[in-house]
Amino acid sequence: MSIIKVRHLAKKYGDNEVVRGLDLDIQRGECFGLLGPNGAGKTTTLKMLLGLVRPDVGEIRILDEDIASHAREARLRIGVVPQMDNLDPDFSVAENLLIYGRYFGLSDAVINSRIPALLEFAGLTSKADAKITSLSGGMKRRLTLARALVNDPELIVLDEPTTGLDPQARHVIWQGLRRLIHQGKTILLTTHFMEEAERLCDNLVILDHGKVIAKGNPRDLIAAEIEPNVVEIYGETVEDWAQQHGAQWCARHEITGETLFCYTHDCIGLIEHLREQQALRYVQRPSNLEDVFLKFTGRELRDA
Amino acid sequence: MNYFTHPQFSWRFIPVWRRNFLVWKKLAGSSILGNLADPMFYMLGFGYGLGSLIPQVGGASYMTFLAAGTICYSTMNSATFEVLYSGFSRMHVQKTWEAILNAPLTLDDVMLAELTWGASKSLLSGIAILAVIWALGLQQSWLLSLWVIPVVILIGLTFSAMGLVMTAVSPSYDFFMYYFTLVITPMVLLCGVFYPVERMPEILQTVALFLPLSHAIDLVRPLILGHIPSAIFAHVAALLTWTGVSYWLAVGLTRRRILK
Repeated sequence: MSIIKVRHLAKKYGDNEVVRGLDLDIQRGECFGLLGPNGAGKTTTLKMLLGLVRPDVGEIRILDEDIASHAREARLRIGVVPQMDNLDPDFSVAENLLIYGRYFGLSDAVINSRIPALLEFAGLTSKADAKITSLSGGMKRRLTLARALVNDPELIVLDEPTTGLDPQARHVIWQGLRRLIHQGKTILLTTHFMEEAERLCDNLVILDHGKVIAKGNPRDLIAAEIEPNVVEIYGETVEDWAQQHGAQWCARHEITGETLFCYTHDCIGLIEHLREQQALRYVQRPSNLEDVFLKFTGRELRDA
Repeated sequence: MNYFTHPQFSWRFIPVWRRNFLVWKKLAGSSILGNLADPMFYMLGFGYGLGSLIPQVGGASYMTFLAAGTICYSTMNSATFEVLYSGFSRMHVQKTWEAILNAPLTLDDVMLAELTWGASKSLLSGIAILAVIWALGLQQSWLLSLWVIPVVILIGLTFSAMGLVMTAVSPSYDFFMYYFTLVITPMVLLCGVFYPVERMPEILQTVALFLPLSHAIDLVRPLILGHIPSAIFAHVAALLTWTGVSYWLAVGLTRRRILK
């Protein structure tokens, strides 16, 4: 059963078509990724899904509510983790949860009964009375995630949940999200981190210029789109090497800066060959979602 | 996209009002000092100092005359500061509104909370001055002076709504200086807080006739001086019009700013 169903969604700002004919189907209990470079239309899409921005065209149904007329009813059953932390700096950790719960029309008794479990989930039990300004970036994120759960939502929407976190803090957030998936929550997240999407998402779409350019299960996508082996080759002479040998050893190759990405089905011969090249260094690895992403969205900078 | 349809009303604004109240409770000390003590000192200082030079204004002591003006002035200032500086901080700097809008609340709920919160806070300022008036026994009639309270609520709503228009279009805190310098200060000087409007040149009297603070003072001052205000309906209608039009404009401008 679809928890989110989007048809023909489109939004224009002036002449800039931010979202162009987007269709989405997200099933109950799955973790769904919305991927894309900066400016692909991810945040605008999320805002339209939550009913905060009115689309020019298109239909959105979430949790059986028509967002055009019943966004408020839908948001009662959704938890949102925004891109930027917007915790209330005037309140303690526990007060932040209480105040936010009230926005959902919950009684103080109900919220207070939920707070211990939320603090435990966020690993902030000992920080219940701490000021927000005393929390680290990772703690703030965890609290923001816990705050999104105060209404016991069926669907959780996260806009770049781990941007700006160090690797340790990121892993803790991933752990939390996996716990939610196990509890049967549906998750929709946007991210720049392909590793995050590959680890967490059952299905995803890659957006670019407001359109879906690839979709599916991350492992299936990698298998379908990218050769199984990638050899990254570095060095000043890498361009010369590519001209002489690229076609011989690589099914496909691309140069970015001074790195050559060589995609192959079988890399044993190539590795033997590279061992003899004094001027080049190399790394061999399995193909991943980032390769798929770069194949579809290109390697040039988006904000340049 | 038309952002200027009429504002929606829902009781869901109450948790947002309560949020602001809770913040205020935490910071009440400095807030009370700034909002309540400051106008009181001015009133007592000018009241005693100038009052010794000016024995009677319109049949009352200068202190009594000034006290009535100060209720309105203080209410206006308190509401204005709240929706401008604190409101802007909640909207733009702390992103409090953004968090609230992800919950099942709408921007119209947030605006209604700001409007009523600004009025609530200014009610306290108005009542504080009224308490000083009672303590000094300046009021001529207890019963009439109690009628000041509903008027103060209306004044608070008016200036909250007007301030929210500024907050809606402001790029930064600095912008508010225009509003204070070009709107609030001239209004204080034109509308009879410190001296009767009738002492001004006629053209300025005509301008004052349209300003909301004049109507506020025309309601409050007679109540303190012990008689029923004349043209009550016209003054109340003027304040309600300023409130309604400003609030409608503020909601429309804020929707245009936030919901895009």
